[in-house]
Amino acid sequence: MTETPKINPETLAKRIFKTAIEVTGPLLFVDLKGKAGVSYGEIAKIKLPDGEIRSGQILEVSRDIAVVQLFEGTSGMDVEKTTIQFLGETMKLPVSSDLLGRIFDGRGEPLDKQPPIVAVDEWPINGSPINPYARQYPREFIQTGISSIDGLFTLIRGQKLPIFSANGLPHNEVAAQIARQAAVLGAQAEFAVVFAAMGITAEEAQYFRKEFEKSGALDRVVLFLNLADDPAIERILTPRLALTAAEYLAYECDMHLLVILTDMTNYAESLREIGAAREEVPGRRGFPGYLYSDLASIYERAGRIKGRKGTITQMPILSMPNDDITHPVPDLSGYITEGQIILDRGLHRRGIYPPINVGPSLSRLQKEGIGKGLTRRDHKELADQLYYANARGNDLRNLVAVVGEESLTEEDHRFLKFADDFEQKFLKQGRDENRNIFESLDIGWELLKIFPNPKRELKRISEETINFFHLERRDPKINYNSRDV
Amino acid sequence: MSTKRVGKILKISGPVIEADGMLGSSMYEVCKVGEEGLIGEIIKIKGDVCTIQVYEETDGIRPNEKVIGTGAGLSAELAPGLIGQIYDGIQRPLPLILEKTQDDFIRRGVIAIPLEYDKKWPFVPTIEKGAKVTAGDIIGTVQEGPVVNHKVMIPPKVSGTITSIVKADDYTVLDPIVTVKSNGTELEIPMLQKWPVRFGRPIKERLEPTIPLITGQRVFDTFFPIAKGGTSAIPGGFGTGKTVSQHQLAKWSDAEIVVYIGCGERGNEMTNVLEDFPKLIDPNTGEPLMNRTILIANTSNMPVAAREASVYTGMTLAEYYRDMGYNVALMADSTSRWAEAMREISGRLEEMPGEAGYPAYLASKIAQFYERAGRVSTLSTAERQGSITIIGAVSPPGGDFSEPVTQNTLRITKVFWALSKDLAARRHFPAIDYLNSYTLYTNELAPWFAENVNPRFQAYRSEAMVLLQKDKELEDIVQLVGPEALPESEKIILESARMIKEDFLQQNAFNEVDSFSSLEKQWLMLKIIIDFYHKMGELYNLGVKLPEMMNLPIIDKITRMKYIPNDNVGKELGAILAEIEALQVDAITNRIGGRMMTDLTDK
Ligand SMILES: Nc1ncnc2c1ncn2[C@@H]1O[C@H](COP(=O)(O)OP(=O)(O)OP(=O)(O)O)[C@@H](O)[C@H]1O
Ligand SMILES: [Mg+2]
Repeated sequence: MTETPKINPETLAKRIFKTAIEVTGPLLFVDLKGKAGVSYGEIAKIKLPDGEIRSGQILEVSRDIAVVQLFEGTSGMDVEKTTIQFLGETMKLPVSSDLLGRIFDGRGEPLDKQPPIVAVDEWPINGSPINPYARQYPREFIQTGISSIDGLFTLIRGQKLPIFSANGLPHNEVAAQIARQAAVLGAQAEFAVVFAAMGITAEEAQYFRKEFEKSGALDRVVLFLNLADDPAIERILTPRLALTAAEYLAYECDMHLLVILTDMTNYAESLREIGAAREEVPGRRGFPGYLYSDLASIYERAGRIKGRKGTITQMPILSMPNDDITHPVPDLSGYITEGQIILDRGLHRRGIYPPINVGPSLSRLQKEGIGKGLTRRDHKELADQLYYANARGNDLRNLVAVVGEESLTEEDHRFLKFADDFEQKFLKQGRDENRNIFESLDIGWELLKIFPNPKRELKRISEETINFFHLERRDPKINYNSRDV
Repeated sequence: MSTKRVGKILKISGPVIEADGMLGSSMYEVCKVGEEGLIGEIIKIKGDVCTIQVYEETDGIRPNEKVIGTGAGLSAELAPGLIGQIYDGIQRPLPLILEKTQDDFIRRGVIAIPLEYDKKWPFVPTIEKGAKVTAGDIIGTVQEGPVVNHKVMIPPKVSGTITSIVKADDYTVLDPIVTVKSNGTELEIPMLQKWPVRFGRPIKERLEPTIPLITGQRVFDTFFPIAKGGTSAIPGGFGTGKTVSQHQLAKWSDAEIVVYIGCGERGNEMTNVLEDFPKLIDPNTGEPLMNRTILIANTSNMPVAAREASVYTGMTLAEYYRDMGYNVALMADSTSRWAEAMREISGRLEEMPGEAGYPAYLASKIAQFYERAGRVSTLSTAERQGSITIIGAVSPPGGDFSEPVTQNTLRITKVFWALSKDLAARRHFPAIDYLNSYTLYTNELAPWFAENVNPRFQAYRSEAMVLLQKDKELEDIVQLVGPEALPESEKIILESARMIKEDFLQQNAFNEVDSFSSLEKQWLMLKIIIDFYHKMGELYNLGVKLPEMMNLPIIDKITRMKYIPNDNVGKELGAILAEIEALQVDAITNRIGGRMMTDLTDK
């Protein structure tokens, strides 16, 4: 964040006020004494009685009063000695390709003991909506090396695909593994990663840093870290700074960006705190009614633009309080993002990593990003079939729990066994195991060998595809590790 | 028009500002706000203080900046050039914004007029000098693209005698084309009309909806049909299929004009339409779908006040084409985001909140919106009929239908296409809950289906519904005691219901053939399943066991019938029907033989 004012010093001097009249929660009310000229959304520098400097932003302004939201909170502030200076501009991030390899705090100040970057420009951190007419529909497959994602919930370049998780589940490991392994078939360009932490622990942040280091990618990573003991209101800025950095790198430097935002639930809670301090009418569970629009202003910054080389792929992580998917944060996120990957406690307890709950997980952009020339011709049908067979197996598992195995047919038994194998062989994989898409698909075919009468039992796959791809019918002269086969 | 008033900004709170010195302003008047002249609309007046919702971001605006009243309400511009366009919520063309600013992002303060004022259109007069005209009368036509024959009409509130009319030639939308003399004054009328979006365009009379909107979607047309001029709500939690359903309807409905409003949803979904519709061919006209479509895109990250306006803008365009005598289908995805925009603005106004924080007038706003649907006799001397069908998506928080937007919508709409999270999780698409959805048009539409599809269509549909209902009851039992405990006759019901669900109701929007089912195909598919169900009963009574029936080759044919192209269904599905009818029990081996009629007659 920049704090260098662009207006001339005289005007600036007129914008100093010692007239705080009220402090509540993270808000400070300033009497403008009839001096006009302060604008909505403007940033402010606040000097506390003890000399400490904090920053804030105007949330509402009238001729008489400005309501300022303090990013570092209002503790220690008073109405007598506190000085407020309005800086005459809205929040901006200094940008240049030097952002890469740097670590910032949640307000955009360097945390890595290096000097501020040499900026070529300063970009407003709220961004602007992409003209829908300028967008290009995302279609390029990203190989994450994780079978369940690549096979069933394919990630596409320019997509926003969140991980819905909960306390104690390995979402960080999954996200880090994706960040490490993400690659586009046939493309050399690696992903650059922008990582925004909002209220996660220092340990978690350290974990990500190590992971990036391990893969030697630290110089292709930008980190913005607001940790659990950092000011909560600052979290309102962190994802916006991160996305501004990402937009610069994608659209000015032609890079492909993967943006990891974690944890969006903490972010939303900060928003709730401000809403409460403003005495707004709360929506569900106390979150403000505009939470949807606010989250959308973040998530919609993913995408692909016609004629531009760079792309922004978002992977927000959010925790579901009490594992409740109807909680406003996962619920509204689901309404905005293009699918979701849901982690499951039951699977985790059974030692399955990654514990992805196949049923409700979904990638909405998958359909246009897979198939011949993109992944492989059999991908769609195979994914459908694996999905159905697993769902049927799981249903049977539930049924067996009630009525026992006696009433099952032989075919039923095969589906039961399939669901078990699916968990152990397809879903489960190592934290460093990077499977290419062909391996992943072929594990799927391997599992389907359990069905002796494929044409009858594999209803989701056409006869033609079975004849060509079924492991028992493959032509040894053909190379199946190809997108064009 | 009243004189211009200049007021000053008093207060700014997000998309809502207050200004004083505005005495003489009227509700819903458009204002230019601040030095940049951002567009806003007056939503509250108290003394000389007006509250204005601003259609663009307000960052950087200061108190005391000026506010200018324009004297006019938020209006849509209506003339040739609307078809194929994509607009934002206040009818700014997105391609023009891109072209003007050379910027892929929409920055604020861009002025972009809705129509190309200097483009010439081939106008053909259809009326002569001396004719008496009243509002809505057609005075000429313009071929607007390959599909739409644009009817140029006398605007509402105008009537009189034509004193001059231009000859057939190319004209801009601003060129006067007729002069009408009324009460001694002569009025020059161009093709362009303006209409305030918050008010419905007048009609002569409402008509009963008796014709279905054919959508090519089996669950809609066969099970829960909607009438042309009807209203329908599609509520569902995230990812249950609202948008895909709306896209399917926009693609395949037999409406002549489609207005698709992306209200507070994803940018990529609009891009998807923009990329697909010019390529997809409308089965009714043989032309690309884009040639009958108008898009309104005010995505979730675009300004919230413009989102609130977007549904009205779209509705006004729909009404304009309805007035020409067309059947218009309007999709709004999602009306919940529109309601939330109202809530956000209302919150900023510090109005007394009602349920879930929505303003107390939520119910009446929703009702007024859906009331603009209908099959009507349009204004005009000669009888002309048109319709607007509204299909509104609803996005209930947590997928819980008891919330205010869903409930208020269901009070007014006649068709309820409920999306089920459970079905979606099973990838049963479209995930329309076939047990809880309903249509209130069944009786009105029954004669049409009997006449145009088959006299027994309703009977078959009812039978399928009964099977699904029984299936549900049996499934509950199975969950308790296991499938083996059921008698064979009930297993037949389970199998038949499974066929209805998998082989009929499930319809893959992304499969080229399955995406659209002609009514003939729908009827034959339904008949196949129900006839086979009856046949299974017969065979069972003759002692044939279910597993044996399930091994018949006909089963595979039923599974694949949805992939038979619409052109071939008469022949291919007819053959399946014949095969079902011919199924016989071979008296000696006590097995079924799939002998065809011909085999039997040969003997
Ligand atoms: N008829 C269909 N055929 C095939 N797939 C479908 C169908 N309907 C829905 N789907 C699948 O479900 C996914 C979600 O559908 P859709 O985007 O329409 O949900 P939605 O209800 O609009 O969700 P949201 O409220 O988040 O916008 C699609 O991406 C697609 O994978
Ligand atoms: Mg949708």
